[in-house]
Amino acid sequence: MIVSVASGKGGTGKTSVAVNIALSVGNVQFLDCDVEEPNAYLLLHPDLQKTEPVYTLIPFVDKELCSHCGECAKFCQYNAIFVTAEKTLVFPELCHSCGGCAMVCPKKAITGEKHRVGVLKFGSVGDLALVYGELEIGKPMSVPVIKAVKNQIKEGKDVILDSPPGTSCPFVETVRGSDFCILVTEPTPFGLHDLKIAVEVLKKIAVPFGVVVNRAGIGDKKVYDYCRGENIRVLLEIPYQRRIAELYSRGIPFSLEMPEWKEKFQALYGEIRRSVGR
Amino acid sequence: MKQLTILSGKGGTGKTSITASFAVLAKNAVVADCDVDAPDLHMLLHPEIIKTQEFIGSNVAIIDETKCIKCGLCREKCVFDAITSNLNVDAIACEGCGVCAVVCPVDAVALTPRISGNAFISKTKYGFMSHAILHPGESNSGKLVTLVRQNAKILSEKENCNLIIIDGSPGIGCPVIASITGVDAALVVTEPTLSGIHDLKRVLELLDHFNVAPFVCINMYDINTDNTNRILSFCKENGTDVVGIIPFSPEVTQAMVNGKTIVEYSPKSVVAEEILSMWKKMCLFLV
Repeated sequence: MIVSVASGKGGTGKTSVAVNIALSVGNVQFLDCDVEEPNAYLLLHPDLQKTEPVYTLIPFVDKELCSHCGECAKFCQYNAIFVTAEKTLVFPELCHSCGGCAMVCPKKAITGEKHRVGVLKFGSVGDLALVYGELEIGKPMSVPVIKAVKNQIKEGKDVILDSPPGTSCPFVETVRGSDFCILVTEPTPFGLHDLKIAVEVLKKIAVPFGVVVNRAGIGDKKVYDYCRGENIRVLLEIPYQRRIAELYSRGIPFSLEMPEWKEKFQALYGEIRRSVGR
Repeated sequence: MKQLTILSGKGGTGKTSITASFAVLAKNAVVADCDVDAPDLHMLLHPEIIKTQEFIGSNVAIIDETKCIKCGLCREKCVFDAITSNLNVDAIACEGCGVCAVVCPVDAVALTPRISGNAFISKTKYGFMSHAILHPGESNSGKLVTLVRQNAKILSEKENCNLIIIDGSPGIGCPVIASITGVDAALVVTEPTLSGIHDLKRVLELLDHFNVAPFVCINMYDINTDNTNRILSFCKENGTDVVGIIPFSPEVTQAMVNGKTIVEYSPKSVVAEEILSMWKKMCLFLV
């Protein structure tokens, strides 16, 4: 079973929920797909085993063969190639690695060249296997690194994916193919607004989901009214407690210090498994 | 005209609450909400939309079924896995590159512009606002951020404004890069948690990479004063100004629930006063 944890609004407690579930259930593979700001390892304190670079393929133009005809630049939808009378310039940051430029080049002057965009890190804590990606500073596209993280999914183990915030491509890339998505929200106008957008996306890509309300007690009740009105299951409420916030600030998953929560996360996971039927 | 971007790396540290307060305090500024896939600023500033513009971020492939001979070449060559097994285009996965159209032997694939969102120009009680919304599941948020910033720039020139205040998105990827290129300063709002510190460091590296002057605000500092001290000494070592240290207060959430900024909702509160003092410091730099 693959369960992703996402939110729309940032800072609602995605990583905290994902880590606490993983530790409570045990024997899972944990993939941190928030490659722009990976934080799960700060709560999991894993032993790191190895690091692997992540590359994308960008065009390499053979100067001897290139006739500066400009077909590649004309084809490229992302303006990643610029051709002058003497030069063909490639802008790696704009390239989406579609490979079309090589196909349209009449001189067969374009091949693929590796371009480093980030790293994968592998670690473990007990029976939990952690993989996380780190986008290189200054590189705009996180999706190739997210794909590289998801390529590490191992058959046979339960998988928990920690999603980046937002509702656009990095979020979509992470949650696609999940059996279930947990949307973590907070009972505030911002939390509700961004939850609604995330719900729209999940409906569009047909991923079943439920809601965890974090910091319950702050804000208002509208998130509950919304969930009731839309028939969305509220799977769990985590109250706002100074202790939980303080433990988080020190990098301690609160279910380790407050064992009553371990059972609640196990029950939550059991409910998801039943609803998914796997 | 100067530009200031409010960022955070980690989400939920209080970017938008601070941006909205700045918008209220500023006398002559345009505010731009560049968190286009989860825009929240409008809930505090209540803009009245004057103009709506469709945003076309990219193309999307369309297969003409009457021409298609089901050879599957498009599916084979698509690196985005955007052609399904029954040879339909998965519009969410399609990045509009056009490879399918190139390889199709019978010219059955066409690229059409896709409307990925809307950009708005609005008026608030405090001045003009440029904002947008990406349609659910659409990509190209970086391009939409650029459009929001262009609209803000045009507005500021037309209205003779001397400042653009930009609310950024979490992370360090394309929408964030699009919201900081060419700005005069960035205020990074962080929190004294291990993740807050980690993400602050990555955003500061990003600002350095793009040559943007960094400033730091520690929000909810009293959640963990040891970590607050860690941030303070880290910033001191790196010569980064910490312009605000704000305590945790439930009033910020109450203000949000009431659709108000904290500087309006509770102007005498410690939080509001600290934001005002931070605003004055930023003005000194920007003027």
